[in-house]
Amino acid sequence: MKENYTGKPANRVDGRAKVTGEAKYAAEFNVPNLLHGVVVNSAIAKGTIKSIDTSAALQLAGVVQVFTHENRPGYTWLDSHYMDEDAPPGSPFRPFYNNQILFSMQPVALVVAESFELARYAALLVKVEYEAQPHETDLESNLPRAYTPKKYKSPPPTDPRGDADTAFAQATFKVEEAYAHPAHHHNPMEMHASIAIWHEDGKMTIYDKIQGVQNSQKYISTAFGIPQEDVQVLSPFVGGAFGSGLRPQYQLFLAVLAARELKRAVKVGLTRQQMFSFGHRPATVQRLALGASAEGELEAVKHDAIAETSRFEDYNEDVVIWPGVLYDCENVKVSHQLVDLDVFTPLDMRAPGGVTGTFALEVAIDEMAYQLGIDPLEFRLKNYTNTDQNKGKPYSSKELKECYRQGAERFGWSKRKMEPRSMKEGHQLIGWGMANGAWEAKQQEAAAKAVFSPDGKLTVSCATADIGTGTYTVMSQIAAETMGLPLEEVTFKLGDSTLPKSPLEGGSWTVSSVGSAVKLVCEKLQEQLLEQARKMENSPFKDANPEDVSFAEGRMFLTQAPAQSISILEAVQQNEGQPLVAEASQKPDKNQKNYSSYSHSATFVEVMVDEDLGTVKVTRMVSAIAAGRIINPKTGRSQILGGSVWGIGAALQEHTVMDHRLGRFMNHDLDKYHVPVSADIHETDVIFVEEKDEIVNPIGAKGLGEIGIVSIAPAIVNAVFHATGKRIRELPITLDKLL
Amino acid sequence: MRPFTFTQAPDIATAVQEVSSDGAKFIAGGTNLLDLMKIDVMRPSHLVDITQIALDTIEETEQGGLRLGALAKNADTAYHPLVEARYPLLSHAILAGATAQLRNMATDGGNLLQRTRCYYFYDTHTPCNKREPGSGCSAINGYNRDLAILGTSEHCIATHPSDMAVALAALEATVHVTGKNGDRAIPFADFHRLPGDTPHLDTNLQPDEIITAIELPAKGFAQHYTYLKLRDRASYAFALVSVAAALDLDGDSIKEARIALGGVAHKPWRVPEAEALLQGQPATRENFRKVAEAYLQGAKGYKDNTFKIELANRAIVRALEQATKMEAIA
Amino acid sequence: MSPENAPGTAAAQRPTLPETRTVTLRVNGTSHQLQIAPWTSVLDALREHLQLTGTKKGCDHGQCGACTILLDGKRINSCLTLAVMQENKEITTIEGLAKNGELHPVQQAFIDHDAFQCGYCTPGQICSVIGLVNEGKAKTLDDIKDLMSGNVCRCGAYANIVQVAQEALERNTGL
Repeated sequence: MKENYTGKPANRVDGRAKVTGEAKYAAEFNVPNLLHGVVVNSAIAKGTIKSIDTSAALQLAGVVQVFTHENRPGYTWLDSHYMDEDAPPGSPFRPFYNNQILFSMQPVALVVAESFELARYAALLVKVEYEAQPHETDLESNLPRAYTPKKYKSPPPTDPRGDADTAFAQATFKVEEAYAHPAHHHNPMEMHASIAIWHEDGKMTIYDKIQGVQNSQKYISTAFGIPQEDVQVLSPFVGGAFGSGLRPQYQLFLAVLAARELKRAVKVGLTRQQMFSFGHRPATVQRLALGASAEGELEAVKHDAIAETSRFEDYNEDVVIWPGVLYDCENVKVSHQLVDLDVFTPLDMRAPGGVTGTFALEVAIDEMAYQLGIDPLEFRLKNYTNTDQNKGKPYSSKELKECYRQGAERFGWSKRKMEPRSMKEGHQLIGWGMANGAWEAKQQEAAAKAVFSPDGKLTVSCATADIGTGTYTVMSQIAAETMGLPLEEVTFKLGDSTLPKSPLEGGSWTVSSVGSAVKLVCEKLQEQLLEQARKMENSPFKDANPEDVSFAEGRMFLTQAPAQSISILEAVQQNEGQPLVAEASQKPDKNQKNYSSYSHSATFVEVMVDEDLGTVKVTRMVSAIAAGRIINPKTGRSQILGGSVWGIGAALQEHTVMDHRLGRFMNHDLDKYHVPVSADIHETDVIFVEEKDEIVNPIGAKGLGEIGIVSIAPAIVNAVFHATGKRIRELPITLDKLL
Repeated sequence: MRPFTFTQAPDIATAVQEVSSDGAKFIAGGTNLLDLMKIDVMRPSHLVDITQIALDTIEETEQGGLRLGALAKNADTAYHPLVEARYPLLSHAILAGATAQLRNMATDGGNLLQRTRCYYFYDTHTPCNKREPGSGCSAINGYNRDLAILGTSEHCIATHPSDMAVALAALEATVHVTGKNGDRAIPFADFHRLPGDTPHLDTNLQPDEIITAIELPAKGFAQHYTYLKLRDRASYAFALVSVAAALDLDGDSIKEARIALGGVAHKPWRVPEAEALLQGQPATRENFRKVAEAYLQGAKGYKDNTFKIELANRAIVRALEQATKMEAIA
Repeated sequence: MSPENAPGTAAAQRPTLPETRTVTLRVNGTSHQLQIAPWTSVLDALREHLQLTGTKKGCDHGQCGACTILLDGKRINSCLTLAVMQENKEITTIEGLAKNGELHPVQQAFIDHDAFQCGYCTPGQICSVIGLVNEGKAKTLDDIKDLMSGNVCRCGAYANIVQVAQEALERNTGL
């Protein structure tokens, strides 16, 4: 690819809309006669609803209806009709299905009223009587119930390689420890909301907070038996999601249910408290056993994870793949088991599995480096792998060594003394730690449409999403680059289910998937432009083939004779005043199968830990990232900075606390569930290491949504060890753990 | 939120009259009241807006102290030149709490009347003696990492969330109130209550009484003070433990010491007998340790908060050291 | 500010509707008359009644700062105050910052520094930076970070937001 518009920092094309308040999120569309729905959630974690008394609520003038399992219409209740694109194996949760309570804060009623305030009040008047049954929500005490799921959501753990048990038993140096990662909730700033608009012809228009409008469209279509073409889902702006919008959440179902029954437009927005009533990053316990030779070669790795899931779906994520991705070792054995609990099904959350697994692995690696007395970076270099050990395939590119080199240099790692508690300023113990990480660079099938109008404006579209990742901007850049048009002439449309097919926006694959489709559709448009150009009198392109022609600065020209050029506008105007339209679908190239593709990161961290009070401050951080081509270094840097903030949160603050007596998450608001604030964030340096990859996808970009977070928390844990000599194996590192 | 009627009181007399009706509450900054009304923890049927009453002045008293009008905003108080100059401990404590936005809204009187942030108090689906007397305390055997270690009862282990109140306790402020029976001045130590068997009562204010002012005595400990707040993130979080420390030093010798703890009890925690141990003593770490031990006499840890005993102990020592040296607070 | 032991904390309630009244709010220099009950917050008045959805709801409890507006030039959480209590005040929201199509310098700086990703906390962050300048209390970098900590950004754009705030303070670009 050329680099006139890509590879350069560009301001977000949707920036103006976002800084003026004009960008509209799901709950913000002004619909006439809109009804407001407020959800009532269950007080218990398991049992049955004995009765629901909605009479007091219904007495209020302006309360239109209260929906419960008792009066919901009889829709299809087949599991398959509730399976969305991101559903794990099992039986999806169906709101208001029956009187069974499957988890605490399960939606049990929807109050619909003429105003939000009234619906909120009426919701308090709904009286629900329960018959509680004993529940289980504690992963630790239920570990003996761990089972191997019949079917894994993500690829099953790989078969053992070599003989890890024997190699571990015979190893000179051993680390064998357990690591605990708590439950996290996504908590995007925008709370989930949906507006469902019923039309007289039975069609529905829906505004939804979702990472894939077509996922919501299909879900509503099958769950309610509405033809897919009669459901249009719109989501032009998403106020963060981080995975919470991968699956349609219950407010969507309830808004549609109410709108269809009442033949009105209905908005259902969740409260911040209710943002804790659906998916979360699962609590996971891991056991790592590493064996190494006296020379510092990894001889055995055993990595076993046990994670929570719900009673109705078997959710799992890639927790135990990381030893095979990151290290060269002949004897490896991994396992991933589940414990089903009375909770909602866990849900992919920024770098699912990567955050959890890398934490345990990278802390264990640091522990081994200390046993061996080898610098942790040196130890990683000794065990570097150029092949993906899980798949037995070479990497399509891997510049992790360059990440180490540039990151270490920027940070000043060579000045580090190995021994813990070797640096101090006043009461502050200073520690330096590092970790590395990886994230798979996948490409999914995606389609795009391009419309080039006679006024020279190019509109490219795809039903993808921009959850803050910069999709609007980078797709515009890719289209501008391919077409040789100024960025201002290009508009990218997304977030509309009628647009060409898109995968969910997740997995860091949007640039690779949608970007590749955008590139392809623009190339198709170029062919059409060439056809038009050939029609012109004395056309220099009469005998030109597509591969002979280049596009730049608003002109098309013969690559071998750049002086032979016309403006693109002239070419499009040959089409008798009609726009040129192209559509294309891009699938991953078969050659990709011969390789493994991952982005990589190396993070170096400085912490200050108060020797008496245990407070931890991350004073300095350098993350070096190798992620192929960086389409927009400005928005890309922001993604990595964001990942760093998430890593600090995971390391030091975030945990959703369950009261197991109640089976209920108790810190269900932003006062009690801590995420980092401005005062927690100090020097953060981002380095993008150059990495050329012509195999990974036609764009050569690996995605940046997740690679920025995975190595942060373990680097902080390792830095805290270096500062204090204390090894913390249970996140988050709150001050009480360091007293 | 449930419906309520609403009036604006033009003066104190009307306010007192209005609030005497069944289910009535005052509203000023509203930052905690509306928070709690939205989740149905507070259910007033009538709100009396007192923000039209001229109670927001900050002025010097004849005794050389300072009188903070009950409706003075937290931010205006913290940044008031006289507070900054003469009661920097108070200024620092206020600024350690909440956020710029909330401090621009919240009033000094309202700050004292904040409710606990106990998880269970905030969730109406759980038993809580403070929210619903007699229903039981979910926290004692539940998740109690943030909760009290001192002055608890079998009925409640909630903490008082205010930072400002901790400094006011150390400074021995007086709370002026007016009710149907006239005016009263309540010493700060007597303003908040321990839970005992009436955890639903946070303070000794009567239902018909309005706070009119908070009075600071002349002595402000402006030379040697610190407000040390330990929490789970660097800003915008309630204290796990906080210490307001104020010293009156004569060279290395302590003439008078004041210490109040936040985040550890149902009220700002002071132990005057323990403070007295420092009187006439040199300001040494050893002496600070002794007073810290004395302060935590009788402290009782629960399942998740036992660490607070050691943390409070160390925090007292650190705060006294900082107050002595007045070095930049790390 | 009445004590919590006042009766009515948990009084039995009849299901009755609150009476509405006419409330006049001055928003971005324009007076709006609303027929609302006292239970409507300024935030809901803006978003649901005036269709000024630029001010965001991120928690509705003063725990995130997405609803930050300027009230007589100072930052407040619009979710925690009643509309009925803010008559005769000058309310400035994100919609009132650009003049004649020209962005306020802080808005432009947010774009230039890429100080947002999803954009949902952004209107509150922008109002907060302007409030920070107006209030004039931030002297150091640590002050800025602390005084901007009332605006949570889950995307984690803090480093860039702080740069905007530093620049705004240097250039004194308040209201």
